[in-house]
Amino acid sequence: MRLARTIGIAGMLAATAVAAAEIPQEQRRSGLTFMTPETQTMQNDDTANPGMLWVLDGEALWNRKESNAGKACADCHGNAGASMKGVAARYPAFDKMLGRPVDLEQRINLCRTNHQQAPQLAFESRDLLAITAFIAKQSRGTPIEAGSDPQLEPFIAKGRALYAQRQGQLNLACSNCHDESWDKRLAGSAITQGHATGYPLYRLEWQTLGSLQRRLRACMTGIRAQAYDFGSPELVELELYLMSRSRGMPMEAPAVRP
Amino acid sequence: MPSALVNIPKKAKRGDVIEIKTLMSHIMETGYRHTASGEAVARDIITSFTCRFNGAEIFRADLFPAIAANPFFTFFATVTESGKFEFEWVGDKGFSETASASISVE
Repeated sequence: MRLARTIGIAGMLAATAVAAAEIPQEQRRSGLTFMTPETQTMQNDDTANPGMLWVLDGEALWNRKESNAGKACADCHGNAGASMKGVAARYPAFDKMLGRPVDLEQRINLCRTNHQQAPQLAFESRDLLAITAFIAKQSRGTPIEAGSDPQLEPFIAKGRALYAQRQGQLNLACSNCHDESWDKRLAGSAITQGHATGYPLYRLEWQTLGSLQRRLRACMTGIRAQAYDFGSPELVELELYLMSRSRGMPMEAPAVRP
Repeated sequence: MPSALVNIPKKAKRGDVIEIKTLMSHIMETGYRHTASGEAVARDIITSFTCRFNGAEIFRADLFPAIAANPFFTFFATVTESGKFEFEWVGDKGFSETASASISVE
């Protein structure tokens, strides 16, 4: 009896090890393809996509001079349509000063403190999401190339390890759902492959725009794990791994998700 | 920072049926929620949306707490002359926003 159970468990472990393999390139699918046609239409129509409200605000902020240094984003970076094209597709990127990767929100805040002498914007604040959405929108359709910098390799490896690490009271790893069960449903909702192609994105459930970090924290709470704080290196490494895992897929920001 | 997205065709032929799309930035707080300490969160919604064409009202909607944040309205109109569409959103806490868009009819 005990032998039989041991064999059973060994069999399960072997099955898990096989299934944990990454999704082959040709089978990768954006979350967009899991949505209903109505929600896809909402994302694809800029006059119906609520994320565009943040893009509009972000454009105003891009041109607004910050009081202390009297400089706007536009004073250094000029026309975002040219200077920011493809930028979001490369983030999180390695920051030489900090010696670690930073995501787009953190880059904006670094720019604010270093060049604009302006206070940092809080994570998930409307202004930070708006500037991020405006910058990310300039990369729409650009293939994701985050993580191609060789300096990022150790951080991608850490992110990958965290992605495959079982955690929380439900003892689930990201990979258990998003690599192994993406063709299934959870409580009626599609599980999806977890490609971060459209952040910051408008979630109908949130009724607002949110960052990838918010999404990751929500997933962690969902598996009854203690979520990492906004801006923590672990979350950035996870973001970096997810983006490098989606390399080559087109950017969709600001996307809409159910 | 309220902002509106309004979309109508710039040109149309006389008698054409055109689609009008509007999206308004608003939290639409229902008034049914409570904070962690048990206090009620005051209702803060848009209560009325109106569209006028050359001064005449052509579309109006009353909004209620069940309507999602950032309400999106799309409706159709037959155009017979060039003119200006004016949109107005009115709500709780003195909320009042307007937007406009012009169309030329040939």
